Amino acid sequence: MGLVTRIIPCLDVNLGRVVKGVNFVNLQDAGDPVEVAKRYDDQGADELCFLDITASSEGRDLILEVVERVAEKVFIPLTVGGGVRKVEDVRRLLNAGADKVSINTAAITHPDLVASASSRFGSQCIVVAIDARKVESCGKNVWEVFTHGGRNPTGIDAIAWGERMQVAGAGEVLLTSMDRDGTKRGFDLDLVSEMSKKLNIPIIASGGVGKLQHFVDGVKIGKADALLAASVFHYGEFSIADVKKNMFANDIEVRI
Amino acid sequence: MGLIVIVDYGMGNIRSMAKAIETVSGNNLVKVSQSPRDVDDADRIVFPGQGAMVDCLRELDSRCLREPIIEATKTKPFLGVCIGLQMLFDFSQENDGSCLGVLPGNVVRFSDGLVENGKKLKVPHMGWNNVEQVEEHPLWSGIPNLSRFYFVHSYFVKVGNNDILFGVTRYPEPFHCAVGHNNIFAVQFHPEKSQSVGLKLLSNFANWDGRV
Repeated sequence: MGLVTRIIPCLDVNLGRVVKGVNFVNLQDAGDPVEVAKRYDDQGADELCFLDITASSEGRDLILEVVERVAEKVFIPLTVGGGVRKVEDVRRLLNAGADKVSINTAAITHPDLVASASSRFGSQCIVVAIDARKVESCGKNVWEVFTHGGRNPTGIDAIAWGERMQVAGAGEVLLTSMDRDGTKRGFDLDLVSEMSKKLNIPIIASGGVGKLQHFVDGVKIGKADALLAASVFHYGEFSIADVKKNMFANDIEVRI
Repeated sequence: MGLIVIVDYGMGNIRSMAKAIETVSGNNLVKVSQSPRDVDDADRIVFPGQGAMVDCLRELDSRCLREPIIEATKTKPFLGVCIGLQMLFDFSQENDGSCLGVLPGNVVRFSDGLVENGKKLKVPHMGWNNVEQVEEHPLWSGIPNLSRFYFVHSYFVKVGNNDILFGVTRYPEPFHCAVGHNNIFAVQFHPEKSQSVGLKLLSNFANWDGRV
């Protein structure tokens, strides 16, 4: 009984198609967004996350059509991010059928965006995405926020940034470890548990999943409220149903 | 069959609600509308909502929808969802003011620092939680008791009269998540985002004659 940990597959979308690749290079077509979304829905995904990685500004509107088409067929929550810069971008995504919009780089470059968007549309639909990397500072390990897909250091402490975004009106934090992303070594559990301990809003842990046990650790050690993964699902290493079965076998409640 | 009107008063995404209802509505016509006249003409009303209570009430009033909505709650099958549930009650802590006053009770916030079995409970209450069907209702038909529905909210309703209570969820204390009175049924969770059990509830509503 009670609220369950959400399992969220993440789909990278380029020019209206789902793509897969490592660190945005060697992108391969991975299918029509509606079909992929439907497949994950059937497998028991609790929510879906779409990340628009379209580089060209002309291609940007294609994500709206993707969201519209998916929202017609799949009746679970949809989070959409990538290239969100203005309150107007948030409005257009919500109107297309997104339930939540994720803001990453622009939360830093446009300091009022999170507060304006959450007061306009409600904090329940504003997710702040934080890409963090472990750095040493004065002999201590801390995590620094990176922007622009993890390329640009900001000098901002990730935990302090999470706290500020909570105050600004974020309803949730999507926390990605740049150190772990793509490594299959598991979540950065120290980072996740530290953020989860400090914040009162839900935390989605992301980056590093390679084994079924990593999901269990994300809940039991990381205290995450939701777990996000991409490649392990795309490449069919295991299904969402496999993840949930294993979590259940480890005494974690799941939605079946 | 008939006309189902989803009331659009400018607050957020109602496209998902429209698509979900279209999927299950059979021969009903589904219309998203801001017009008081459509609310009057409808055979069934869906009253969704998200965002802040004060904005919802203001947008409702700016479209002259308050009176038609209150009238519809007395006369035709009426489904409130999320803020569309909360607005039906007397008073909300969120705007520290009165709401539509159709049903007895108040809207209050989850307190910070909730803990269950050593785990911190976050606010908003976001995700899939069990719904205990404390009373039978035509809209629960075919939905197993304790099914999980999708929630996302920081405020919840405390009904002033247990006769209108139809569903309870725990976080960690029991809170009121489904209410009904004559032709009104209203839920805190999002049926349009709750996969098959949610679609079943919407399908039950599309076929409901408004009698308990």
